[in-house]
Amino acid sequence: MPGTITDEIEIIDAGRGGGTNVPAGGDDDGEGSFGSPGIPQRAYFTVIQLGLAGIIMFFMALTSSFLVRKGLGNDWVAFNFPRILWLNTLILLASSITIQIARRHLREDEKAAFKRWWSVTTSLGILFLAGQFIAWRQLARQGVFLVTNPSSSFFYVLTAAHGLHLFGGILALVYVSHRSWRRSRVSQATATDVASIYWHCMDGLWVFLFALLYLGR
Amino acid sequence: MVTHDSGGHHHPPTSFIRKYIFSTDHKVIGLQYYFLALFSVFLGMALSMLMRIHLVWPSAKMPFTPGGQMTPEQYLALMTMHGSIMVFMVLTTAPQSGFGNYALPIQIGAEDMAFPVLNMLSFWTTLLSLIVLVSAFFVNGGAPISGWTAYPPLSALGQIAGPGQGAGQTLWVVGVAIFCIGSLLGALNFITTTVDLRAKGMTLGRMPLTVWAWLVTAILGLLAFGVLLAACLLLLLDRIAGTSFFIPGGLVVTDTPIVSHTGGSPLLWQHLFWFFGHPEVYIAILPGMGVASHVLSTFSRKPVFGYKAMVGALGAIGFLGFCVWGHHMFISGMSPYSAFAFSLLTMTIGVPSAIKTFNWLGTLWGGRIQFTTAMMFGLGFVSLFVTGGLSGLFLAQPSIDLYLHDTYFVVAHFHLIMGVAAIFGIFAATYFWFPKMFGRMLNETIGKVHFWFTFVGVYSIFMPMHFLGLAGHPRRYADTTGVNFLGPLHSVHYFITLAAMITISAQLIFLFNFFYSMKAGQKASENPWNATTLEWSIPSPPPFDNFAGRIPVVYRGPYEFSVPGATDDYIPQHLTPERVGKAH
Amino acid sequence: MMSSLWLFGAESAWRVDTRRPSTRADHLIRVVAANRPEWRKMRRKSGEQGSAAVAFTLATFLVIFTVVTVYLFLAKIWWFPPAISDFGAQIDAQFHRTLIITGIVFVLAQLGLALAIFRSRDRGQKASFFEGNAVIEFIWTLATVIMFVGLGLYGEHAWAEAHFQGAARGALQLEVTGQQFAWNFRYAGPDGKFGGTKPELVSASSGNPLGLDPRDPASKDDVVSPVAYVPVGQEVELLIKTQDVTHSFYVRELRLKQDAVPGMTIHMHFNATVPGEYELACAELCGLGHYRMRSFVSVVSRDEFDKWMGDQEAALQQQ
Ligand code: HEM
Ligand SMILES: [Cu+2]
Ligand SMILES: [Cu+2]
Repeated sequence: MPGTITDEIEIIDAGRGGGTNVPAGGDDDGEGSFGSPGIPQRAYFTVIQLGLAGIIMFFMALTSSFLVRKGLGNDWVAFNFPRILWLNTLILLASSITIQIARRHLREDEKAAFKRWWSVTTSLGILFLAGQFIAWRQLARQGVFLVTNPSSSFFYVLTAAHGLHLFGGILALVYVSHRSWRRSRVSQATATDVASIYWHCMDGLWVFLFALLYLGR
Repeated sequence: MVTHDSGGHHHPPTSFIRKYIFSTDHKVIGLQYYFLALFSVFLGMALSMLMRIHLVWPSAKMPFTPGGQMTPEQYLALMTMHGSIMVFMVLTTAPQSGFGNYALPIQIGAEDMAFPVLNMLSFWTTLLSLIVLVSAFFVNGGAPISGWTAYPPLSALGQIAGPGQGAGQTLWVVGVAIFCIGSLLGALNFITTTVDLRAKGMTLGRMPLTVWAWLVTAILGLLAFGVLLAACLLLLLDRIAGTSFFIPGGLVVTDTPIVSHTGGSPLLWQHLFWFFGHPEVYIAILPGMGVASHVLSTFSRKPVFGYKAMVGALGAIGFLGFCVWGHHMFISGMSPYSAFAFSLLTMTIGVPSAIKTFNWLGTLWGGRIQFTTAMMFGLGFVSLFVTGGLSGLFLAQPSIDLYLHDTYFVVAHFHLIMGVAAIFGIFAATYFWFPKMFGRMLNETIGKVHFWFTFVGVYSIFMPMHFLGLAGHPRRYADTTGVNFLGPLHSVHYFITLAAMITISAQLIFLFNFFYSMKAGQKASENPWNATTLEWSIPSPPPFDNFAGRIPVVYRGPYEFSVPGATDDYIPQHLTPERVGKAH
Repeated sequence: MMSSLWLFGAESAWRVDTRRPSTRADHLIRVVAANRPEWRKMRRKSGEQGSAAVAFTLATFLVIFTVVTVYLFLAKIWWFPPAISDFGAQIDAQFHRTLIITGIVFVLAQLGLALAIFRSRDRGQKASFFEGNAVIEFIWTLATVIMFVGLGLYGEHAWAEAHFQGAARGALQLEVTGQQFAWNFRYAGPDGKFGGTKPELVSASSGNPLGLDPRDPASKDDVVSPVAYVPVGQEVELLIKTQDVTHSFYVRELRLKQDAVPGMTIHMHFNATVPGEYELACAELCGLGHYRMRSFVSVVSRDEFDKWMGDQEAALQQQ
């Protein structure tokens, strides 16, 4: 996981082309932008990083609420941790690997293989969401609902919020694999890179939330 | 002219809808935000007028109050909506999303924001949130009464806690949450545009201070609004799903035990809210600081004094702004030891603020000041910022806050520094950029009349409030008859209300000037102020893609006024060294 | 014409540029044109007259505003009531220290602004060119750091006394409970113990606003009163609570304010040295009756207090 992140950062730095003293590019910075002088491709990397910063603040707020609420209240009751979450975690981790494989194929210009691995990733994402849904159903069958206890309230809120963000990631994956790049402001390479940065981060975020929910329940 | 075949966005749209309604042009979106704020500020002012009248003539007949007199809950509903509309819909939208959208891309030499469609979405999301928020007036029970801070459990228990706490409060929470989303999207666009879309030569050190201010503000927004969104989500669940994030157990409301909640923490909301709330007040004021620096320099015909210190101070204020939220909670039952730390950090934040003030005076000193209306509002901003900032030093000390917290002293403080100072920033920006935006000049004479009424007026409204606070007058009181010691303060209230009536009426002068000049003002040239930044190098109003396909190259800093040796007293940023030479 | 409109700088038409709208190609020419001597002269001349009047008015207003503000803060027409505790006196002292420092800064800044406005008005002079001064900026920054942070450190003392130390031993225990929209005070009675309460027993209408549990023996002698009596010179420990939403216990003369937070019992302490009846006003928005949620704290002599307490206990026996 850390390895992949560094990988991204290098790409981004290369995109920025050095320190802040170098004037930013004008109307045509020739970074493989496909015909559009409007906006340099690195802007897509900037915006995804910023977006992730905002998302992380959102989840940090929920996380600190979790810790504060658990620490203050004396009504915290642990629930049976749905075992399928371990499986879901493995699925999501696997999807981070498959997305890397897909990107490698794209870099080597093997379009068909790229498409295949990209779809595998998408499917793994959908599988993960289905797994999360099953976890909810399992809890519900035990009588553990949103309002049952603060522990379950946070469980549902955090998994739902993460699921929603991951669903956004799935939409991005589908979008990347289905659109045509010919007249687009964003290049396919950029789009795949940006989508996978997001994907890895949602993956990492899940691992964090999983640990939080497991250890803190 | 560079030719390209990109999808749509470089060609001006032709239909009215695409051009003015669902436009992706940053200039149109900036104006849309501006008009949204203009509508909101007049709505907010009207509400405050009703409040002020009620405080002095409690039995006065009012519009919208079916029973004749205004009830306490109606007062509190007006207060809540006044505060929320002013903070969210005026101070967060006009200075940042309005002027930032309009001027930032041009000032850095870009054709548009980085993501025009996203930009359009931000606006429509914000408009939706305004509609949801205002609709709270029209539901059963009316608008919420828990203030713009919406402390639970008052805001979480529903109708039982008071009128307006049912559907009205739910709409408030949803509206604010939607607003958070719109602001987050906007912040993404602002930062990316500033980081990646600067023209050649527009180094960070050559960015106008307005751009720096918008950048820091956007960073604050990016980091703060997510937290408020999370808080709103939890509050909404407490309200409609029955969770207990903020509602403790064992409550009894008007003899009715609340059995469905246990263990929640009201202080948790306060921490989340103020972690957002303090940066929010800087979101309101930082763009005003940028505009003040810009306008002061332009009309003093002098470079900004200590440009680097100004940028540093912006950054320091932005950073420290995230470390001081606890100063709103000295009295809340939070640990007294953390109060100690928050207090010292807050006193520290006074330092960059003082640096800014000093540098503004340094900018004026030795200049050749031209008293345009924009400049007058810029100067008013400095005066208000000093006055409002200094009262913060009282409130930052927990021992003094023991007395002054939640009194009218606080109302005076935040109105001066956050409310009115920011409004002065907006006015300065309006008078300054109006020629660029509409291609006509605002009438300067009417503008000065407007300035004098407003400047004298706001001081008359808000200075006396300090004394109400010193006398111990708690804020958010619907009536001054409930507590004995408020009796002798009636004359002060009376004076304030009179001042408010005059000041608020005088804003119609501005409204008139605005729309009259839009139609019939004197035609503005490209650069009526002899200013230096890039927006003054293009026609007024600018063409669809700003630079007509030729992106400028920037050769110098933003404030080269009265440079020794140069013939003219300003050198535009885009002027090549050779052209400066020729001008000799 | 000038004379009637000078206040509003009507002459400022100097700026209005009525030249034909032009293409960007002749921009260069325009910059040069703007430098033609006659243009500059025109601008300066008109600027000169208008500037003086507006600058004078604005500077004068700032001076008047400063003087009036300083006067009002010195005259203390609307001011806090005298403090009735040592602790209150400390707070007042810190308030005055802060007032002096901020007052000096306020006067210097506003008058500095007025002076800069008047001195640097457009008299046709050339603006001096300087972009900053590192030494001045450094000194200024250092001075404000010392001033502001020093002030903050100085003021922590009073805060620490109120909050870091608990009440003195033997303090009178006084429970304060807020509810929409009334205050209730409870004394533990002779047994020195507060009895248990139950939410479902709360009934303001039937005379049990706190929900005292009659089956708890400790609650039998608990005195509940809508107003508070405390003996002069006696340390009092407050236990601040609320039944419903957040309220705030605020007695101006004690210089004391503390939110009553649902789910918490917050301890504060004070020692009132001046007898009298002091008004308690709610200082945290709690609903529509917030403005009338008040009560009284009476500081009385030891004898009076004992007598009052005796009456209350006697009334309890009657029931
Ligand atoms: C036309 C000038 C204005 C007048 C006469 C005015 C008047 C008032 C009044 C009477 C209150 C209620 C005080 C109380 O009952 O405790 C209030 C509260 C407030 N005002 Fe204004 N106001 C004005 C402009 C503004 C502006 C420009 C802002 C923008 C920041 C603003 C923001 C607020 C906020 C945030 C509150 C607090 C609401 C709350 O307690 O939840 N006001 N104002
Ligand atoms: Cu703050
Ligand atoms: Cu209250």
